[in-house]
Amino acid sequence: MSESLDLHLALAETELENPVLPYLRQDRIPHIWCPGCGIGTSVNCFCRALTDSGLDLDKVAIVSGIGCTGRTAGYLNLDSFHTTHGRAIPFATGLKLGNPDLNVVVYSGDGDLFAIGGNHFFHAARRNMDILVICVNNFTYGMTGGQVAPTTPVGPTQTTMPLGNFESPFNLPFIADACGATYVSRWTVYHVRQLAKAMKEALNKKGFRFIEVMSPCPTLYSRRNRLGDGVDQVKYYKENSVIKNGADTKDIGLGYQGEIVVGKFVDRERATWLESMNDHFSKVLGDQFKPYGGKPEGV
Amino acid sequence: MSAEETTRKGKGTVFVRMEVCKGCSYCIDFCPTHALDFSKEFNQKGYHFPVLNRAEDCTGCDLCGLFCPDFAIFGARWKDLDEKRQKTATPVEP
Repeated sequence: MSESLDLHLALAETELENPVLPYLRQDRIPHIWCPGCGIGTSVNCFCRALTDSGLDLDKVAIVSGIGCTGRTAGYLNLDSFHTTHGRAIPFATGLKLGNPDLNVVVYSGDGDLFAIGGNHFFHAARRNMDILVICVNNFTYGMTGGQVAPTTPVGPTQTTMPLGNFESPFNLPFIADACGATYVSRWTVYHVRQLAKAMKEALNKKGFRFIEVMSPCPTLYSRRNRLGDGVDQVKYYKENSVIKNGADTKDIGLGYQGEIVVGKFVDRERATWLESMNDHFSKVLGDQFKPYGGKPEGV
Repeated sequence: MSAEETTRKGKGTVFVRMEVCKGCSYCIDFCPTHALDFSKEFNQKGYHFPVLNRAEDCTGCDLCGLFCPDFAIFGARWKDLDEKRQKTATPVEP
């Protein structure tokens, strides 16, 4: 054994522990994510955002769908639920309306939120349901074997497109903006500090908040297209990303290995579904109606 | 002065849980001062984990800790560690 290893063994015996460990279910770590996958980095940023936000962790609930990113709910030591495929947002909606004190976070992948769960996403954003949606976008269906996802850009080879994909991808921040989300931002796993800051900001905001996190999939997307390892993709994010806060969301679509526009695009105020309902029924029914869930607006 | 303090070189240091490291090299490639290297040894899963080969360059900025997808590494400044140690030591001393 070398000297460096001895030093590290000595350090491991000290009582210090990684600041993220209290947020994780230790019996389930190490996780199943591949070496070089960025989902772990995004979870790391989320844990630090929770620390910084100063929220009561008993009032934070996390909901995931199916997929690689969907496993997040199983690893975080919060109130968490792993729902059926694509139904993370409907479950979160029910959770929020059942207990309006909760801060509900949906943590899922692009395939789950925008393919099978696309419709739910649009309507939750339209209604301005008070939830935070974090979408880890790796441009493919990772867990099922690398099929074409609604976010796969035109060009790369996938299992179901062996000659290259020709379908136009979704522009996720544009969808969220058009549907009426109150907070929309996009970061990559290279921008860890900005991502943690954005998550903290979004956790303390009201309304339907959406954060897209670009993450490499080294095992399927990168390997099949000979893009190198996970770290090579993150280097590409580093070299090709441009920070444009407040950019028009319709101009920020992603091409294959092209320029990436990151930043905070939308930050606005809108009455949430619960506030609108309380407002409306108070107007229509008058004193007969008791507002539900916390204080109504203006009281 | 403890043995640890005599070996202090930079402004900070890193702590590695090498048994959960998967050798993705995020911390090594994105360290702002390039203080980390892959180890020559393997961990129990057969991955090379990071070691602090240039300890004098480490600032304890904890960027490696933010990048790590496996929650295996984090950095800390000696200054903060000393403060923490003093806080925990105070109730024992009297």
